[in-house]
Amino acid sequence: MDRILLEKKVLSENDRVAARLRVSFREHGILCVNLISSPGSGKTSLLERTLERFPKGARVAVLTGDIQTDNDARRLARFGFPAKQITTGGTCHLDALRVERALADWPLENLDLLIIENVGNLVCPSSYDLGEAAKIVMLSVAEGEDKPLKYPSIFAKSELLILNKIDLLPYVSFDIARAREYARQIHPGMEILEVSCTTGQGLDQWTQWLEKRQEAADLHG
Amino acid sequence: MHELSIASAILDAVRSEAEKRPGAHVTKVGVRIGAVSGVEPEALSFGFSALVQGTDLEPLALVIEHVPRRQRCPACDFTFEVTEDSLSCPRCASGETLLAGGEELDLAYLEVED
Repeated sequence: MDRILLEKKVLSENDRVAARLRVSFREHGILCVNLISSPGSGKTSLLERTLERFPKGARVAVLTGDIQTDNDARRLARFGFPAKQITTGGTCHLDALRVERALADWPLENLDLLIIENVGNLVCPSSYDLGEAAKIVMLSVAEGEDKPLKYPSIFAKSELLILNKIDLLPYVSFDIARAREYARQIHPGMEILEVSCTTGQGLDQWTQWLEKRQEAADLHG
Repeated sequence: MHELSIASAILDAVRSEAEKRPGAHVTKVGVRIGAVSGVEPEALSFGFSALVQGTDLEPLALVIEHVPRRQRCPACDFTFEVTEDSLSCPRCASGETLLAGGEELDLAYLEVED
């Protein structure tokens, strides 16, 4: 009997494709962000509110992942920017190969910003690098404030936490101070934005965050 | 629940290694799974057996080594294993510690018989 030492990541194939995507995004000066949350936290609503703020002709595109249906892509295509659905057919996360395939017929030279809306899930998307410059995790106040403690990996890996549905705070038992404390316990110094897609609160800060990140991408591109 | 995808990636690695050694049979594959890798070892074992069953890879055992979560305290530069819920530094009690390990999802080794 022989033992062969492998010492590599199980997802090394995904990581290889993700590295290829990252190089391509950098070469094209594209900021790519990977938006992750539980189902129903408001990822698609945030993207709707985001896209409607962009001027016509803005170089932005959206990839949206779901297990079934192209409802989200249809919701997002109304704004006149490229929007494509990746239907995973049962898989609970997007992987780099699916993203690469979805981008195959999009001219990347026409883009400055690519937003990937991952499949609603706080666990699995955390393991799959998609070549993004930043992961963004979203949590709505209709959920539990202890999510950062329960799903530490995604909160540790995300650059920004968006606390959504902030307008519902008076009606729910969500302790926002605790949520911030837990998030920073898992990820010291984590940036946190409070947003409401219904009232528009915090959307300026969110688009400013994207602009700031985009400038950083340009500098390195 | 992405354990089936993970199991399938492990089997791809087994197959590509087996191709390099014609005539040999891979009997065991060792993986390291971190406590915060997002992978549930039981579900992984279940998915793995389901994928192996009825294929030429049988019999093939999956051995999972569990890696505990580790945190590093930047204040006193101390790294520790997390054994309970608290992430505070056991040395200086600082509450601000960084994830330093436990996200492993590694293929460690294969055992083959010629």
